[in-house]
Amino acid sequence: MTEADLSALWVTLRLALISTIILLLLGTPLAWWLSRTQNRMKHWVEALVALPLVLPPTVLGFYLLIALAPGGIIGGPWSVLSGASLAFSFSGLVIGSVLYSMPFVVQPMQNAFSQLDGRLLEAASTLRASPLNRFFSLVLPLSRRGLITATTLGFAHTVGEFGVVLMIGGNIPGETQVLSIAIYDHVESLEYTQAHLLSAGLLVFSFVTLLLIYRLERRGTTRSDGT
Amino acid sequence: MSGDIQFHFKLRRQGFQLDAEGGLPASGVNALFGVSGCGKTTVLRCIAGLESDVTGYFIINGERWFDSDRGISLGTHQRGVGYVFQETALFPHLDVQDNLLYGWRRTPNEIRHNEPQHITGILGLEPLLKRNSADLSGGERQRVAIGRALLNSPQLLLMDEPMAALDRSRKKEILPYLERLHAEAEIPIIYVTHDLEELISVADHLALMEAGRLMESGPIATMMVNTRLSIAMDEDAGALISARIERHDEQFHLTQLQFAGGELTVGRIDRPIGAEVKLRIHAKDVSLTLEHPGATSILNILQATITELVPQGKSRVIVRMELGGVPLLARITRKSESVLALRPGMRVFAQIKSVALHA
Repeated sequence: MTEADLSALWVTLRLALISTIILLLLGTPLAWWLSRTQNRMKHWVEALVALPLVLPPTVLGFYLLIALAPGGIIGGPWSVLSGASLAFSFSGLVIGSVLYSMPFVVQPMQNAFSQLDGRLLEAASTLRASPLNRFFSLVLPLSRRGLITATTLGFAHTVGEFGVVLMIGGNIPGETQVLSIAIYDHVESLEYTQAHLLSAGLLVFSFVTLLLIYRLERRGTTRSDGT
Repeated sequence: MSGDIQFHFKLRRQGFQLDAEGGLPASGVNALFGVSGCGKTTVLRCIAGLESDVTGYFIINGERWFDSDRGISLGTHQRGVGYVFQETALFPHLDVQDNLLYGWRRTPNEIRHNEPQHITGILGLEPLLKRNSADLSGGERQRVAIGRALLNSPQLLLMDEPMAALDRSRKKEILPYLERLHAEAEIPIIYVTHDLEELISVADHLALMEAGRLMESGPIATMMVNTRLSIAMDEDAGALISARIERHDEQFHLTQLQFAGGELTVGRIDRPIGAEVKLRIHAKDVSLTLEHPGATSILNILQATITELVPQGKSRVIVRMELGGVPLLARITRKSESVLALRPGMRVFAQIKSVALHA
């Protein structure tokens, strides 16, 4: 691998890791709220979160590009506060990834949370556990499978992202050039060997990730059957 | 330090309305009794603070846990209850020991009044401590649930039909533990049940519920013979009597009992002399004569004074009597009533064909 490829790998991993952490911090309370609320806004929020599943990444990328621009609704305040531009920056990529991968994190968690037996939470509250205490001592451990699925999917999906990055990230080596973009570059320059190397790497990574998730889910199912 | 419990809960749900108001002693076992769907469980849930949109109040020993008029409503986790759910609600990701200690670990030191070793001892849980809570039998689960609630050092223990999901033999397995608990626990218990046998075994005080309302409440022995209530008028009606073991007759394998109204002879009871026992004399097992029958195979013939005659259906009459202040019920036909010309104030002989032992 060339130095540029290694640097793309590093940017990709960093982006995926940071995005996943932010996704978990934002997604967990959001998924909890969605799983419990009777609020009429629930369906609006659900649809909004799920949008990246159906939208072409270019559409999301296009609007993000406008929003992140120095005069945009996110980029404007950002440049005032930090003096830096969001468009074509690593931070901008993180924002894009978080939005783009949101459904992959929120939906498995929301499923896990709604399957939780509410009677267990009531029992815990009669045993002096405050709401926050219940969340950490009961909800999280009992939703472990959903959380692992959410984390893995969020991470893997960010690693595999292309369209949004292309629109808002540009192609700055070491800053915004991720693996998928590097592959695209190699193909454009007819460097098929290098494109193969990176592509096969991503292919194996994605396959192994999915394999692990499905195995984990099956193990969890048989366990809850009491075997 | 037995104070009292005062409450009034109003709540409206689709197809159901709760408006339960009353008082209970803050000691012993208070049974909430009534048919399924009358609101017993909802009252427990209101006490624990598990229902929303409730109006009313709840006061125990002068502490106001809930008062919608004054805007007081402690969170469930601040109320210091122990709640034994019908379906146990053990935490599946924790083993028996961690289930037992869940509440205990969250209880401040100065409030703790139950120690894990003591409770696991009473409930016979030592062999189960390391077991996965999902691998327990129904009876074991229920014992763990009771232990977990007690280790929460509650000020009030709420039990919602803890035996409803158990079959007969499992019930028999749990009952002795409940009785020990009753004997040892100093905290008041509110026990929801629709099973009369269970009620008689565990309760000191009885509160009857019907269609979301608290109809009447009082000491169980009084309630059982209150002819205004259906429990004194149905097929299973009978008086509840506390007696003390006087002596054992080893030759005929019998036990002699003493109670305020006289003496009773029953089949040998395997308890020491002086032990207190709860007896039930079913109305259908009592017949009446005007004169002492003399030689008869019936061992227990007691003289009593009729206090009340209440028709039951078209053909039968419930006769309420008193002997030495202890009430007794008999169920006879209206024809017998007329032949014997029974009326309140008359002295009769009650022939007791059988006596059931409860604890």
